[in-house]
Amino acid sequence: MSSEEDSMTNTTETPSQDTPAPGAISDFGIDTTSMSTGEAMRDYWARVRGGELGSLPALLGLVVLLIVFSSLSDTFFTLGNLANLLQQGASITIIAMGLVFVLLLGEIDLSAGTASGVTASVMALHLIHNGNLLGGMGNTVFYVFCGLLVLAIVLASLMRIWAGAVLSLIAFLIAVLGVPANAWLEMLLAVCVGAAIGSITGFLVAKVGIPSFVVTLALFLVWGGVVLQLIGQGGTLGLRDDTIFNVANGNLNTAGSWLLCVIAVGGYAAVVLTRHFTRLRKGLVAQPTSLVLAKIGGLALLAAVATFALTQNRAPTDLIVIEGVPYVVPIVLVLLVIGTFVLDRTSYGRHIYAVGGNTEAARRAGINVEQIRMSVFVIASSAAAIGAIVYSSKVGSVDPNAGGGNTLLLSVGAAVIGGTSLFGGKGRLRDAVIGGAVLAIIQNGMGLLKQPAAVVFIVTGLVLLLAASVDALSRRRAAVAAR
Amino acid sequence: MSEPILELRGINKSFGPVHVLHDIDLTVNPGEVTALVGDNGAGKSTLVKCIAGIHPSDSGEVLFEGEPVHIKGPRDAAALGIEVVYQDLALADNLDIVQNMFLGRERTKGGLLDETDMEQAARKTLASLSVRTVKSVRTQVASLSGGQRQTVAIAKAVLWNSKVVLLDEPTAALGVAQTRQVLDLVRRLAEQGLGVVLISHNMNDVFEVADRIACLYLGRMAAVVGSKDVTHGQVVELITAGRSGDLGIARPEAATI
Repeated sequence: MSSEEDSMTNTTETPSQDTPAPGAISDFGIDTTSMSTGEAMRDYWARVRGGELGSLPALLGLVVLLIVFSSLSDTFFTLGNLANLLQQGASITIIAMGLVFVLLLGEIDLSAGTASGVTASVMALHLIHNGNLLGGMGNTVFYVFCGLLVLAIVLASLMRIWAGAVLSLIAFLIAVLGVPANAWLEMLLAVCVGAAIGSITGFLVAKVGIPSFVVTLALFLVWGGVVLQLIGQGGTLGLRDDTIFNVANGNLNTAGSWLLCVIAVGGYAAVVLTRHFTRLRKGLVAQPTSLVLAKIGGLALLAAVATFALTQNRAPTDLIVIEGVPYVVPIVLVLLVIGTFVLDRTSYGRHIYAVGGNTEAARRAGINVEQIRMSVFVIASSAAAIGAIVYSSKVGSVDPNAGGGNTLLLSVGAAVIGGTSLFGGKGRLRDAVIGGAVLAIIQNGMGLLKQPAAVVFIVTGLVLLLAASVDALSRRRAAVAAR
Repeated sequence: MSEPILELRGINKSFGPVHVLHDIDLTVNPGEVTALVGDNGAGKSTLVKCIAGIHPSDSGEVLFEGEPVHIKGPRDAAALGIEVVYQDLALADNLDIVQNMFLGRERTKGGLLDETDMEQAARKTLASLSVRTVKSVRTQVASLSGGQRQTVAIAKAVLWNSKVVLLDEPTAALGVAQTRQVLDLVRRLAEQGLGVVLISHNMNDVFEVADRIACLYLGRMAAVVGSKDVTHGQVVELITAGRSGDLGIARPEAATI
């Protein structure tokens, strides 16, 4: 009886396995619908040889640096220092993520650094003067500030970049209404001021048509001056607020750390597996399931090890306990996920790549090139503002040099080292994170080895030069492979 | 012969003092390849741009499927089902074939790109045109050959259920085998019932694929002839002198400018 049942179920199941999946197109010669692991590997290798390096060189560099510094310094590979590393690199990474959007169009934003300084100063002024920006800035400066915010609202509305217009409006309202100080409000204000700055920059580049290099070079100087004006020569604005202090210096508790780990890995697995099985079901080319699972497993293992390590006590003395994943990790992760999502899964992101690859083709395809071009500057400046919140929080104050110096250069460097092309059209958001990690490790490791600033600068510069050469050479290689 | 899908009547176009197109009449029939020939500066590209809405015409009538229409911009033309494949291919090198074919008109589901749907549609379109030379529809356009790029550009135009496809010198920069490929594709477009306008300088190409030949001479339509009714030499005379025997515009003495 039972054997009969078995055979029955077998016969009913067999046909469904034999017939091809519904929707599969068998008519497309070489475009096979499944790949073995070996084929997938060969495919990847062929692409690398063809010049599509992506973030591979940066990842290799990252590993080399980790090994070199671990062997040279006893303190480098300690938990305390690794957590410190994350907190040090976060602001540069965040600013770099915004810059990736601009670089994808083949434009540049040299003003992102000092613009972030402006947002930090406004944030600090609002906090210190308990929401009374008029008192903090003085009459003239305050009216000019409000005028610029109104200008930003008008310009963003004119180009129908509603996010920019709304954020600028919020900044205007917070400034005019004089709402009492609140850490969250201050951070919102900083981001909104960033969006307003980006609207003005973007309009000058996209609509007026001044090359972005010149516009942002000019604004680099302007915003540098504005920071000086807002803070005053030689002054420093202290940020005495626990919430703001915790952004860059606080940690998630142990439960929160593990929750973050689960959400990150689970989310990644859900997205990747959904896409994978949709493609398989519709009969499209997909990577082998084993490879996809291996990727997810690898990430899960890495995330678990990192979370475990970071939830150990890493305080240098027995008097205090420092444990948990630093807040900057979820901040960077969230920005990374949102940004990647926008670039890869929305029409807007696709249009950014198209404009960066061939502006004329994009225009003929009906894409509003000017709008896209302006919007990336809004994104870059808003991201710069988030970066400003993080670095101000790290130091606990804002000084007239905020966002000046080499903040911007390191951010551009991070994006380029990660594999974003300066020629536009090529790059991903995770490049900024990887590049940011490389730079943070160099700065941190050289510091631990007690190298003078001179050497640190020279090495950082050489690494950037190396990354730019890799970009240029791989481009040439790709051009040759195309023939 | 079926009703013309696109009909131009008395199209004029000036750029400032330069009168580029004089009273152009042209009909495009579905299922036919109409070749548009003429010397450099005869107004071929301008005429195509008038039809595509890039340079709206100054005067004249455009009838689409018998109905008078006003094409004021590229979007109007696209909405009617008129697609243009430009000489300098409008493809983004850093995107793959699917992404290029759907550029500006991405299919979305819940606000997100519907990649699988677009990929399937792209493959169907390429398969329907019997394009099998492309290894994968996810290949970056940068790594395609000239002929393959042209193929993608044409397939992009077909994807939108377009009714009229204008091809501006599709074989200009191609080798022998690739030209073959593209000409076959042009023929197939017509077989699918589309109205095809082919601009070309190459007489061999024109005689190979065109059903009718429209000759422009200094901004005037010199003659529209069936490709089987004329010889190579006659078309060349029409292009260079504007007339050939009984064909073409009247002698210059009689013409009023």
